[in-house]
Amino acid sequence: MKKQSLEEKLYTLKFNPDIYSHLNPDQNCCKKCTEKICTIICPAKVYEWNEEEQKLNVNFENCLECGACRISCPSKTLMWEYPKGTKGVTFKQG
Amino acid sequence: MTEGQNKTEVIVVGAGPAGISCAITLARAGKEVVLIERGNFAGSKNMFGGAIYADTTREIFPDFEQSAPIERRNIEHKYVLLNDNDATTISYRNNPSDIVSYSVIRGKFDRWMAEEAKKAGVILVEETVVKDLIVENGQVVGVKTEVEDYYSNIVVLADGVNSLLAKKIGFRKNIEPKDVALSVKEVYKLDKSKINDSFLLNDDEGCVYELFGGAMKGMLGLGFIYTFQNSISIGLGVTLSELIKNKIKPYELLDKIKKHPAIAPLLKDGDLLEYSAHLIPEGGYKKIPILYGAGVMVCGDAASLVNNIHWEGSNLAMLSGKLAGETAIVALGKQDYSEKELANYQTRLENSFILKDLHTYRNLMDEMEGRSESFLGYYICKINKFFEMFTSANGIPKKDLYRKFIKSFFKDRPIKELFQDAISGIKLLWSILIK
Repeated sequence: MKKQSLEEKLYTLKFNPDIYSHLNPDQNCCKKCTEKICTIICPAKVYEWNEEEQKLNVNFENCLECGACRISCPSKTLMWEYPKGTKGVTFKQG
Repeated sequence: MTEGQNKTEVIVVGAGPAGISCAITLARAGKEVVLIERGNFAGSKNMFGGAIYADTTREIFPDFEQSAPIERRNIEHKYVLLNDNDATTISYRNNPSDIVSYSVIRGKFDRWMAEEAKKAGVILVEETVVKDLIVENGQVVGVKTEVEDYYSNIVVLADGVNSLLAKKIGFRKNIEPKDVALSVKEVYKLDKSKINDSFLLNDDEGCVYELFGGAMKGMLGLGFIYTFQNSISIGLGVTLSELIKNKIKPYELLDKIKKHPAIAPLLKDGDLLEYSAHLIPEGGYKKIPILYGAGVMVCGDAASLVNNIHWEGSNLAMLSGKLAGETAIVALGKQDYSEKELANYQTRLENSFILKDLHTYRNLMDEMEGRSESFLGYYICKINKFFEMFTSANGIPKKDLYRKFIKSFFKDRPIKELFQDAISGIKLLWSILIK
């Protein structure tokens, strides 16, 4: 068994991304947020802090729809919805 | 009540084990039921370790063993206490005639359950997200989807751990990070013969590993391995608050567990088929939301019905769905959808093993939260140290070894902590067995 990166692991999944994000952080709160815990606990590395632009990048296309970010968000300002029907991740082996 | 074109007797939200069990119970009684699923197919958004329980599944699907896509019949449970590089395993192999659980792949099994429900008359609507509930005069009378509104006498929420709908009608507060575990899982393709050799299994026998400690040492979390026909799953579930506190990436934690010398050989030559993640409700009895109201009931993960110490969830989901279905059948007969009538659902849950078991373990999470460092860290290490000492052959007289081992407890742990551990253990046992 070879060591695989998270990106390689995510390749095993079937995604049908929407054009609109179902995850919408409040960027003003993100700027002030000292923990940015979503960038760590997300199992699909959806959130990345862009230091240059002072902005939270949201790679919603990779979202596994678990909800961990919503519950972890310290300010509870992350707008989190399910993707539209037909969109998002499909697990075959779940 | 508003009458529309889209009117049925019962709407069930979520085609997982709870929702399907509820819908099929209603359809078999001749009731009109619409089951709404947000995924492409039932099971496509679901994930678990790997086992369904035979007794409860038979209650819903009496002949499932003949036609359901079952992978393996679990005959062995291994409890593996992982230290840094060594491990102690306690294993129980069933009496061959005992059938307790089967491993299944949700993508296939949930789909099969949904097909059975359709055969019984359930109208399954897939690829549809329920965005909100329609409430009139304090009574839930329907659902709002992305496209249209549907009306019904009763709505059953089986929309999973995040249950945004139960939150919307005020049945529960925000979920706190200490009340859910974040689970990540990887499924590896392996030849059947290789799996049978590695896990010491015959034919369609299966094996369940429950992993403690290792990279999760001291954290409130457990790992698992399940065997399927031509694949195995390995994963873990760690309380979200622990991951936050320790700033740990869940997939990196799983990578570490996979490397442990007691685990790595089991995965050798396996090809990764799928990576996935899901939340598990772990709050237990004290975090169960309001379970019913006028025109509405909540089942399965949405109701936080998980018995984490026994790894039971799918069976609680199925039975709670069935009980909600039975409650709805009586209510429809009386045309009474009031809160008072649907309170029978709670009574049925209380009379079943579901709320009895969850009540038994009501103090578990509170006690463990404060003592996870000792029960899931220190003592796992000490058990391994004991066997390291017991199996050593190094010329040191055994009496000296024993004395040194006993002394080590007092050396590496303040007496106050040992005392606290004992009190905690006794309190927990008392609440489980006596009161």
